[in-house]
Amino acid sequence: MSTKNTVMVFIQQDDGIVADVSLELVCKAKELAGELGAKVSAILAGDKLDAEAKRVISYGVDELFLVEDKRLAHYTPVPYTKVVRDIIVAQQPQIVLYGATTTGRDLGPRIASNLKVGLTADCTDLQIGDHKIKEQLYKNILYQIRPAFGGNIIATIVSPEKLPQMATVREGVMKIVEPDASYKGKITKVDPKLEDGDFLTEIIKRVREEKRVNLKGAQIIVSGGIGVETRANFKLIEELAHVLGGEIGASRAAVDAGLVSQPHQVGQTGTTVRPRLYIACGISGSIQHRAGMAESSKIIAINSDPDAPIFQIAHYGIVGDLKEIIPQFIKAYKAKA
Amino acid sequence: MGLNLVVLVKQVPDTQNITGDAMKEDGTVNRQALPAIFNPEDLYALEAALTVKDLYPGTRVNVLTMGPPPAVQVLKESLYRGADFVALISDRRFAAADTLATSYALKCAIEKIGNYDMVFCGRQAIDGDTAQVGPQTAEKLGINQITCVSEINNIDTDKKSVEATRSIEGGFEIVKSGFPVLLTFTDEGYVPRPPSAIRMLSYKNASTEVSTEAFDESYMDGEMSGSAGNNLQLWDIEAINADVEGCGLSGSPTKVKKIMSVVLTSGDIKMVDNDMGGIAEMVHELIADHTIG
Ligand SMILES: Cc1cc2nc3c(=O)[nH]c(=O)nc-3n(C[C@H](O)[C@H](O)[C@H](O)COP(=O)(O)OP(=O)(O)OC[C@H]3O[C@@H](n4cnc5c(N)ncnc54)[C@H](O)[C@@H]3O)c2cc1C
Repeated sequence: MSTKNTVMVFIQQDDGIVADVSLELVCKAKELAGELGAKVSAILAGDKLDAEAKRVISYGVDELFLVEDKRLAHYTPVPYTKVVRDIIVAQQPQIVLYGATTTGRDLGPRIASNLKVGLTADCTDLQIGDHKIKEQLYKNILYQIRPAFGGNIIATIVSPEKLPQMATVREGVMKIVEPDASYKGKITKVDPKLEDGDFLTEIIKRVREEKRVNLKGAQIIVSGGIGVETRANFKLIEELAHVLGGEIGASRAAVDAGLVSQPHQVGQTGTTVRPRLYIACGISGSIQHRAGMAESSKIIAINSDPDAPIFQIAHYGIVGDLKEIIPQFIKAYKAKA
Repeated sequence: MGLNLVVLVKQVPDTQNITGDAMKEDGTVNRQALPAIFNPEDLYALEAALTVKDLYPGTRVNVLTMGPPPAVQVLKESLYRGADFVALISDRRFAAADTLATSYALKCAIEKIGNYDMVFCGRQAIDGDTAQVGPQTAEKLGINQITCVSEINNIDTDKKSVEATRSIEGGFEIVKSGFPVLLTFTDEGYVPRPPSAIRMLSYKNASTEVSTEAFDESYMDGEMSGSAGNNLQLWDIEAINADVEGCGLSGSPTKVKKIMSVVLTSGDIKMVDNDMGGIAEMVHELIADHTIG
């Protein structure tokens, strides 16, 4: 298969709105394409998506393949597999990226299975480098980097022998850059080759609550762990977040203990965040928690145990009882600001 | 009317109890170093199948696993819980299979069972967390899939269709599909039943004949030898009619390049006095560098 020099992104849309993770991936694809001297392409399927297609291009897409069909309005596996597969076969990109969302992780494996190519799940980083298999040197291939084994190891996976190299990528880990409305990319409309027999899934009902918790967009996050102990004490976390204008985060242990609801969970199985300031209160700093917050610009750790691992990644450490420290923090802030 | 169900299960190392020498130098897992358990979400898939069997008498629950001989343990546990037939897909030539090669072998084994209505599996295994094998197997079988199912709501045996609730970000979907279809299950909607004591007694000595050409001795396990049991079988590459090239390392496009243990990066931390003076000074610095406003 002769390969065109493109990095392709599958653009996910939900109810006609492009998913944030897809825009993050376009930005990452742009960066990888820069290193490879390649172009960025994208696939967007659904119904009535002209405006969203233009918006996607403004993040740096050179060619967007737009597949419009009423029956593709909502994602279902078999028709989307056909549509995306056909475009990949026709375009022969060297890399294809999907968001590691329910949709991306439903679709990506089917494409990989169909094309008999590799797919690495839930990557947290992508890099370009060389790799040798026996005597054969593969130059400028995709390093697909992901946590494995419950977050205890970080594995670098490669799949250079068969193209495209494919990965699903975690939401929130790639930086989004400012869009440029004047970016010159073209929209290529593609007619899907679909039969009625491909539409095997009937969606009876779809319920999506808009996430009221906006951890990903928050510049300041105040998180509580099991060290907060009670719901009453958790009010302290809420109050500090409120006065600083931040969002409330939590460790899984705090969520499991019912101190706060799951959408607040930060970490490997929660949300990945990179705020300007992350304040960890009564959180030990397990590998899985750090996986979701270690990239924060500044980290303050408040913990009664001076040996808690969280201190090893913190910029400011306060050893003591959070029940005493947080009220002082609030008081000090109110006095200064 | 009974249904014919296939459940895919996996024996996994318990990743919550990781020890230092869990990884071998070539990047593969040293399973011996970790306790082996029934992959948690696969237990929910099995429970879903057994629930269907309770509702539709005559349903046959076939459980398949691919793995080395000790993986027979998860098959026995499946029998104890109520499975009708189990098979261990095991062959040295499956070694180092990635998700693609695994799904190919599973597809061959499912086709050997044949005439199935639904295939159930856990959403993902805790050793890899990839969630890929289910969809990859469905694609190879050329059938539809419903992933992340929390619960089956309804089965229509006349129309041969299933309605299920699946979890999506921030909500759920209720979807319907005709047979054959593959479902992957999360750990939300069922309570896996414990093994039945009576079934444990009747299957305690269940074992299967091992064709010794398929394994070298070091790969053998005491439990695998003995007389053949009809509802516990061992299938090698030939038994499932798989093409050797598609299995194991040669059928695996992904390679592990590097493995790193997660280490703490110790930054330059500033310890703050836990009194009003220390905290006020920190707040002052954070305001000065515009971290907080
Ligand atoms: C596969 C897998 C995925 C996981 N995913 C996540 C995830 O996404 N996010 C996540 O957070 N966890 C996750 N975990 C769980 C993780 O391993 C830890 O169990 C969890 O993060 C611990 O939460 P914690 O820090 O609140 O609790 P602990 O580890 O119990 O720490 C509590 C801390 O509070 C301190 N403390 C107690 N009292 C006080 C006080 N009065 N004042 C100040 N400090 C006090 C203690 O010194 C201690 O350090 C996952 C685990 C697994 C196996």
